[in-house]
Amino acid sequence: MLALGVAFSYTAGWLAPSRLSAQRIVDALQQNAGWHPGYRRNHAKGVCVSGYFESNGAAAAYSVARVFAQGRTPVIGRLAIPGGNPAAPDDSSPVRSLALRFDLPGGEQWRTGMNNMPVFVVATPQAFYEQLLAARPDPATHKPDPARLAAFFAAHPETGPFLAWAKTTRPSASFATQSYYGLDAFYFIDAAGRKHPVRWRVAPETADHTDAPAGPPSKDDLTDDLDRRLAQGPLRWHLLVTLGAPEDPTNDATRVWPAERPTIDAGTLVIEHAQDQASGPCRDVNYDPTVLPHGIAISDDPLLAARASAYADSYRRRTGEEAHVPGSAPAADATKASQP
Amino acid sequence: MNTHPAFHPLARVLHWTMAVLILAMLFIGVGMVSTVSSKHTWLLAIHKPLGIAILVLAIIRLGVRLRFRAPPLPADMPASMQWVAHASHWVLYALMFAMPLIGWAMLSAGGYPVTILHGWPLPPLVPAHGALFGWLRLAHGVLAYVFFLAILGHMGAALYHGLIRRDDVLPSMSFPRREPSPPQMSDAPATTQASAVGTALPEQPPEAQPAGDPASPGQGDAG
Repeated sequence: MLALGVAFSYTAGWLAPSRLSAQRIVDALQQNAGWHPGYRRNHAKGVCVSGYFESNGAAAAYSVARVFAQGRTPVIGRLAIPGGNPAAPDDSSPVRSLALRFDLPGGEQWRTGMNNMPVFVVATPQAFYEQLLAARPDPATHKPDPARLAAFFAAHPETGPFLAWAKTTRPSASFATQSYYGLDAFYFIDAAGRKHPVRWRVAPETADHTDAPAGPPSKDDLTDDLDRRLAQGPLRWHLLVTLGAPEDPTNDATRVWPAERPTIDAGTLVIEHAQDQASGPCRDVNYDPTVLPHGIAISDDPLLAARASAYADSYRRRTGEEAHVPGSAPAADATKASQP
Repeated sequence: MNTHPAFHPLARVLHWTMAVLILAMLFIGVGMVSTVSSKHTWLLAIHKPLGIAILVLAIIRLGVRLRFRAPPLPADMPASMQWVAHASHWVLYALMFAMPLIGWAMLSAGGYPVTILHGWPLPPLVPAHGALFGWLRLAHGVLAYVFFLAILGHMGAALYHGLIRRDDVLPSMSFPRREPSPPQMSDAPATTQASAVGTALPEQPPEAQPAGDPASPGQGDAG
């Protein structure tokens, strides 16, 4: 019985507080951004969008997922910027994200969380956690210490492709003009049961004419822009699926696949409406990228399980805060940004 | 027959099968919410269908428990101990049903597909509602710890019956004794007393006895 109790505690991680867990990742996010009850612990600032995906049937040869049969699938999405601060100014980062939940017939779902960069910063959950620690704001300046960040990036050469992207990318003034990349590799499974390594992205039909905001950027440029554009009509993106070759890495989100890999245009994502995230249909959706329909499967990318686990913990916390369940407020010291 | 009172063989098979499954389930659950490794994915993939399997087994088990009377507790057990035995079995039965149902309802409230067979999710038990998810998620976690502690207590009680009291309780759920053998001579009076207790406890509603697995506190659930 004692052995059972010890084994249980070990499994729960209570005996190894230094082991990386979903809770530690979410704690780190929360410490960096402060405690904002009810909000996501990352990509806290965003807006709900809704519409549909119009499949043209082209991907159906590679995946039996019902979303790829010709026809429409309703979509509940969310456009957001990174970080755990729901009041962050829109130009605080060049990163924008689009998360989607496709509601397939029969109750199946396909959830995906995409960013506007073709590669992720790091390849592993451990490196992501170290990056969070390196980016922790200094209590004096309220900004990350540049030296610590530089040391982190120097110690992690896999961040090179992301840094190159970040250096050349200005924060866009519109969500509509961005491509959003699924980042992780997945498998499509065809009718014969064959697995095809894939990566997907959505590419905008909206041309990017003026990326730089006209005057000084206002705090909520992106939602204002989105509302303005949607008032004129729906926004469209093409769902592009790249087929990987056997030698392409499926376990490393920091590396792009060669440009010559074949890409299928699987159909059009049509966004018709935007709604405030506090009352919109995306509020209670956890965009866990491992929620997949039959016909799509996760790859060996180690980020996927970590995203699923950490998103679940963020979701547990914010829904608990929404419901005011006992224990939903963190300990006092966790609510303030502090040095590790 | 000289067989000592024991649980029906089907009840015993169900008990031990479920003991293994439920313990595995608790370890899977507590492990998967912590880990960020690829274990998270496959543990979650086991957790959901296994939870439904346990729910189905619990329904069968309750039927078996109602159909075949559980052996009475030894008559020389103090009343307070008997009460704890009965109550703890009620708690264990309640948790066997509550945990899978709360898990299922929780995923429904979170708007997740409840995937058991790939491609054919179970219908939602409750409508999608974030705050409801918050409550159910808390309940699922807290009750998992309660379940684990109840099982530890149950095992402790079984060992107490088996090693210290050396009564018929542990064998009634494991390998029932065929004949009263010399070391168990003391059981003989116990058995008669036990049956006396069976009749002396008419206040126990018939449906309650089975459901609570009352007689089994020690009885077997040697766990």
